[in-house]
Amino acid sequence: MSQYYTATDHFVLLPAILLALFGCATLLFDFLIFPEAKQRRWLLVFLVLGEAFAGVAFWRQQSFLLEHGGNLTAFRGALVIDHYALFFHWLFLAATLITGLISYRYLEVRDEHHGEYYGLLMLAQTGMYFLASGTELVTLFVGLETMAITFYILVGFLRADRRSNEAALKYLILGSLSSGFLVYGFSVLYGISGSTRLSEIAAAVAARDAWDPVLVLAVGTAGAGLMFKIAAAPFHMWAPDAYEGAPTMITGYLATASKAASFALLLRLFVGPLGPARESWEPLLAAVAVLSMTIGNLAAVTQTNTKRLLAYSSISHAGYILLGLVAGSPTGIKGVLVYLLVYTFMTLGAFLVLTSLARQGMAGDDINDLRGLMKRAPGHALWMLVFMVSLAGIPPTAGFLGKFYIFWGLIETGHYTLAVIGAVYAVVAIYYYFRIVKAVFVEPEEAEAGPLTVSLGTRVGLAVTGALTLLVGVYPEPVLRLAQMSISR
Amino acid sequence: MTETVFFYCFAALAVAGAILTVTMRNAVHCAISLIASLGGVAGLYLMLHAEFLFAVQIVLYIGGIMVLFLFVIMLVNLEAAARERQFHRSWVGGLLCAGGTGAMLAWFWLRGAGTLRLPPAVQPTPREGGNVESLAMVLFRDYLVPFELASLLLLVAIVGGVMMAKKRI
Repeated sequence: MSQYYTATDHFVLLPAILLALFGCATLLFDFLIFPEAKQRRWLLVFLVLGEAFAGVAFWRQQSFLLEHGGNLTAFRGALVIDHYALFFHWLFLAATLITGLISYRYLEVRDEHHGEYYGLLMLAQTGMYFLASGTELVTLFVGLETMAITFYILVGFLRADRRSNEAALKYLILGSLSSGFLVYGFSVLYGISGSTRLSEIAAAVAARDAWDPVLVLAVGTAGAGLMFKIAAAPFHMWAPDAYEGAPTMITGYLATASKAASFALLLRLFVGPLGPARESWEPLLAAVAVLSMTIGNLAAVTQTNTKRLLAYSSISHAGYILLGLVAGSPTGIKGVLVYLLVYTFMTLGAFLVLTSLARQGMAGDDINDLRGLMKRAPGHALWMLVFMVSLAGIPPTAGFLGKFYIFWGLIETGHYTLAVIGAVYAVVAIYYYFRIVKAVFVEPEEAEAGPLTVSLGTRVGLAVTGALTLLVGVYPEPVLRLAQMSISR
Repeated sequence: MTETVFFYCFAALAVAGAILTVTMRNAVHCAISLIASLGGVAGLYLMLHAEFLFAVQIVLYIGGIMVLFLFVIMLVNLEAAARERQFHRSWVGGLLCAGGTGAMLAWFWLRGAGTLRLPPAVQPTPREGGNVESLAMVLFRDYLVPFELASLLLLVAIVGGVMMAKKRI
């Protein structure tokens, strides 16, 4: 250890190093040690092992913080480990693990099972690590791009499927455009502060008027780039196509982990350095949130493809989460974190059920493919009911808890109109979520579809996501305490 | 005085090269114009006493990357593309973008440098053996994390490129 790489630096960076090493090792082992198709399961074991190592590293960081208090900054303020970052790290870890576990059968069935998949999952999580922990613009941007490029590849992973190719290309082109906006905003922020560290940018922003044109330019362009990444309207046009074409579990991963990572950056930026300029960005974010809820909910009503439907629903969820940021009070910010956590588990769960529907030669993403699921796989059907009820935000499931804190935050800060709009759209959402429930339980089964083959990974994934969706709903205390701890600096 | 003259020469080379890159019809001509543009930027680096960057710009960009570009252009059949009408004539969008950028430039021109709080201007000081050392300090101390992370990003991009392009993996 030297002056340039201290013990603290190593302690903070260790999880990312482990993830990157395991990811690269998976890429190598894929053809060096496990070249046979049958041996791919060892790569899955490798993924679990890598996540376990990273989990231990996160656990050590967490216990260090609990013991000593405060934050750990490393690399001259480029990275930070605080409870806020750790909250997201645990979320990414869970999402990556579940996505990896449920992928095996789907990729076999679609005939695109390659070892690179597991390596790319871990490298994507490495990118997310820097999004949640980065406190310096260059680090944040490179982390975001690492994650984004991995996702472009994963979205196009079904190389023989035209829809997957189209989705990857659209996502690549529009994603690069949005990155351009974001980095332009970052460059203006550097221009007004003369530093890329968030702490120094905060001082420079605080010294300026909230309506200062240069500041508005920075907030506008960086904000537009981030809205794109979280798929909020009017920057949502890539989402339905990308979600539909991607392999189903990658759609789930994209809708949860990628969105949560972008929210981690959004929150760190807008609550931190850009906080003093709240006056100028609050109406902008409120407009984006209302537009997202409108477009997301109204467009979802007419969809016949389940993945597209859930894509529009995820756009509307992004709108709800943004409302928590608009409220801006501790309750609202806590609501954002709680919402992101429960949203991750219920959305992953819903996509998990869809993933298991894939059969030889078909994706199983039409709403009619869900018909008679109650007869074919009662367990899946009941869990799907739980996820849909939770996505609709009906108590006693976890989805209600997220909406509750967002609305509470809005009412607390006097944003009554926004709260009413949000509540009205929550009612619209019940309609389309229950169309799925109706297909699962009421509509008759298709003739040729037999009982569902279920892998062990799917069982584990379903049990974890489903149990959490229910448990957090009826016993929210631990999650609330975790969120509270994350926002208290 | 000579510095100013040189600056304008290099700047003109960079800008003219960039304009020719996007306006030429033949892809090979575009690539050669890009070389001119990159050369102009290399000259600007030299004037800032960033000798290392100057060398890297010449060796990597002009030497390595542009040769690859030319290889790709030679491999892909571009004759059909060259004969077609290439330019998508959406004047409104173009004018809006140009107008917006122009307005922004005018704003900064009128308001002056005070709008931006740039780090204090450092006079380029020629040093014994160039300024490789200070560059290393920036890369391997101040921006160590993004520098190392960038290698991961490139690895992911390469893996993706191979995956998408190869028939059997």
